[in-house]
Amino acid sequence: MEPSFIKELQNIVGKEHTLTDRESLAVYGYDATPELESKPGIVLLPGNAEEMARIMTLCYGNGVPLTPRGSGTNLSGGSIAASGGVVMQTSRLNRILEIDQENLTATVEPGVITSTLHRAVEAIGLFYPPDPGSMNISTMGGNVAENAGGLRGLKYGVTADYVMGLSTILPQGDLLVSGGKAVKDVAGYNLTQLLISSEGTLGIFSQITVKLVPKPRTKKTMLVHFPVLEQAALTVSAIIAARIIPATLEFLDKVTIKCVEDYAHVGLPLDVDAVLLIEVDGHPTVVEEEAAGVREICERHGCSFFQTAATPQEALKLATARRVALSSLARLKPTTILEDATVPRSCIAPMLKFIQDTAKRYDLTIGTFGHAGDGNLHPTCLTDERDHDEIRRAHLAFSDIFDKAIELGGTITGEHGVGIAKKPYLPRLVGEAGLRVMRGIKGAFDPKGVLNPGKIF
Amino acid sequence: MEYVDLLNCMRCGMCLPHCPTYKETFLETASPRGRVALVRKIQDGDLEVNERTLEYLTLCLDCQACATACPCGVNAGELVAEFKCEEKGKGGLSFMEDLILRKLVPHPERLENAMVPLRLYQRSGLQTLVRSLGILKMFPPALGRMEGLLPRLPAKPLRKSLLEVTPAVGEEKGTVGFFLGCVMSLIFSEASHATVQLLSGLGYKVVTPKAQKCCGAPNMLGSDLKGLRDLATYNVDLFGGYDLEFIVTDCGGCGAELKKYGHHLPGNSRAEGFSAKVRDISEILALHADDLKKKLKPLHRIVTWHDACHIAHCQGIRQQPRTLMDLIPGLDFREMNDADACCGSAGTYNVARPEMSDRILERKVSSILATGAEYLVTANPGCLLQLKKALSETSPKVKVVHLTELLSESIKG
Ligand SMILES: Cc1cc2nc3c(=O)[nH]c(=O)nc-3n(C[C@H](O)[C@H](O)[C@H](O)COP(=O)(O)OP(=O)(O)OC[C@H]3O[C@@H](n4cnc5c(N)ncnc54)[C@H](O)[C@@H]3O)c2cc1C
Ligand code: SF4
Ligand code: SF4
Repeated sequence: MEPSFIKELQNIVGKEHTLTDRESLAVYGYDATPELESKPGIVLLPGNAEEMARIMTLCYGNGVPLTPRGSGTNLSGGSIAASGGVVMQTSRLNRILEIDQENLTATVEPGVITSTLHRAVEAIGLFYPPDPGSMNISTMGGNVAENAGGLRGLKYGVTADYVMGLSTILPQGDLLVSGGKAVKDVAGYNLTQLLISSEGTLGIFSQITVKLVPKPRTKKTMLVHFPVLEQAALTVSAIIAARIIPATLEFLDKVTIKCVEDYAHVGLPLDVDAVLLIEVDGHPTVVEEEAAGVREICERHGCSFFQTAATPQEALKLATARRVALSSLARLKPTTILEDATVPRSCIAPMLKFIQDTAKRYDLTIGTFGHAGDGNLHPTCLTDERDHDEIRRAHLAFSDIFDKAIELGGTITGEHGVGIAKKPYLPRLVGEAGLRVMRGIKGAFDPKGVLNPGKIF
Repeated sequence: MEYVDLLNCMRCGMCLPHCPTYKETFLETASPRGRVALVRKIQDGDLEVNERTLEYLTLCLDCQACATACPCGVNAGELVAEFKCEEKGKGGLSFMEDLILRKLVPHPERLENAMVPLRLYQRSGLQTLVRSLGILKMFPPALGRMEGLLPRLPAKPLRKSLLEVTPAVGEEKGTVGFFLGCVMSLIFSEASHATVQLLSGLGYKVVTPKAQKCCGAPNMLGSDLKGLRDLATYNVDLFGGYDLEFIVTDCGGCGAELKKYGHHLPGNSRAEGFSAKVRDISEILALHADDLKKKLKPLHRIVTWHDACHIAHCQGIRQQPRTLMDLIPGLDFREMNDADACCGSAGTYNVARPEMSDRILERKVSSILATGAEYLVTANPGCLLQLKKALSETSPKVKVVHLTELLSESIKG
């Protein structure tokens, strides 16, 4: 990178917020994606939207790649500077700009941490439902760019269902304001929705307006044990078929249960095949009714134990158990390769069975957990990056799992994005036509291909 | 430190929001994830040990908040500390380090003598003079900070005045050893005195071996593993000579270090046995909550608790102190925000990295003040020093006390 170019960037954000030393660059080469690393040429931490726009303009003019970064917790390599260049971390833009109680919206800067927004709105009786497992550190910008889901997705949907408006810095440096506080808006293409899950390749969000809902009056958290995996899977489909939509319907298999229990000591059973974590929320009478319905269905499907959290603390403890599933699995082996295959809800049982068989076929340890109610599973292969043969087998296994997910009418990624990690599989899912349209969109936004190059396709 | 410990970090970032230095800077190099990566890259030969890597690594407080947060069982703080030790092992100690860590710290009487001029300095009124004239500005800033941290010293270190054996009051329940921390003895002797009274009041015979030496935590801070092992071996042998049910300390830092003797002296089964007996005072008192409760008289005070890193993160003790305070009738306990966030004291960190220490401290002070507490209670001398100084400057009405002082105040009524 030219010293004069570095100087110009530094003039924008200030010396303190410009990192060029070898050591800093080395630790900005990764995010939470296993096996991937690529060093940027410079890291910048701008302090406001104007600085972000100036950096973008400068990069575009000089044809230097720019990769936006929130907290670097995505699982597809989205914030890795695949072709070097500039990494722009948004953490300093961390103000909640407004909570509008008349329109029930919140407007935030992109670096606001998801759970910080939760706390702020819950303090006044409102609710922002998307709650990815990483919510204590993930940024709102990263959530929008990946269309993050969470534990409450089944009833409340994912990030895209809440984003109402975006201010986006386009690759040439100009600002696109799309959507807003109006609940209805059909003026032209829905650019807001197009920008969501664009994985930092179409523009940089500088302001995000999200919809809030009233905080549910009450909730009930239940933990259910199943001696046989298939019973748990069938229970999931049966609950939904019975028209009960829990806020949370999460699944943990045996391998995952053991790891979580080792870490969190929440009293999970070690002798069952699967547990479901179920949460119903809303009006007290409805909650009672739905909880009773859930219990009846679980018992009919042969659950061996049904626990209802007695206190909010206990409920939180159970939910935490699910939230730390991924990291707890990672305790077992040095390397954790996590996938994100998603199928229609009714296909959970065959998908789970296929994953188990595949693990056996390739002689791998795969723990599976996930948002069962959304059909979104996270088969997680526990391995060691130093064991090259096992890593090779893991990739073969996942390739089979993706094919199966597509065959069942599902997708290769439900919430983690394509990034670098799932690039090879995208053509199988969207075909030539899909790729052509996506490339066309990218070209329309970013003719020079400067913003987060090397991702998605 | 094993290489696989470094590999175990899956880079999930769950530790980031708990790391005081990350919260202040948002920099990956100042985060647990980044520090593990730095050490790993050094081991891999991608980076070398140089001024900058050390600069980044020494910004770590070793507060171990990251270890509490990490679901993968990685302890970034400890990995960094051990890495620094290994590096130090290659280079040896500097003259000053050798003087302090090998010649002063292991010898309580020398340490005490070194404090005499300080005590005189305070009592003679010279301190007031020095402060008002601003003479300290002429000395290196680190010295100035150290001077400012010192509260009024007791007339005599506790080690000198405490009996080797304090008999149990009433029926004897058992015998415990008391590990008297250096700073507790030299500076917070009233608190440690209260600790011994509480133990004997609950029916314990308390043995305080006069010949005990420093726990070795300063050596760990100074990355002097050999010095630490020598002290550990000495204390294990000394306490091994008594028949003790527990070894109790009221210093969070000592407790954390003593519990790791087994780890520091691998293969030494007596060290393991020693560590297994070590208890923080709050652990012992919580065992006897019912008896203690009968002695406590109403105390109408608003209090809040600071979870010292060495107690909450390193020893996993969070509930016991709260349970104990809950026993005091009339006490208005208010939980502060992020009670387990470091106060920035972290051994010698506040002297070594004053700028970052102050930023971290500022956050802590505002959390404390937001509760409206009249008493800030904690149980680690480093935090007591740091918070006493900070609060005496910003809000002198808030009193900083050790947990055992609070309990004994309630007993006196
Ligand atoms: C333990 C763990 C649990 C997780 N659980 C979930 C889960 O339940 N559900 C889920 O969906 N995901 C989950 N994730 C994945 C990850 O946390 C999410 O993808 C999250 O949204 C990433 O946020 P971030 O701030 O870390 O963004 P980063 O990882 O820094 O970036 C993600 C992408 O967003 C882009 N980006 C960042 N900021 C901006 C911006 N301002 N404008 C434009 N583009 C931007 C980046 O270029 C990158 O492509 C989990 C990850 C971990 C490690
Ligand atoms: S130290 Fe633990 S919590 Fe932090 S990134 Fe590594 S694995 Fe995650
Ligand atoms: S020990 Fe404390 S300062 Fe060091 S990395 Fe861990 S949390 Fe951060």
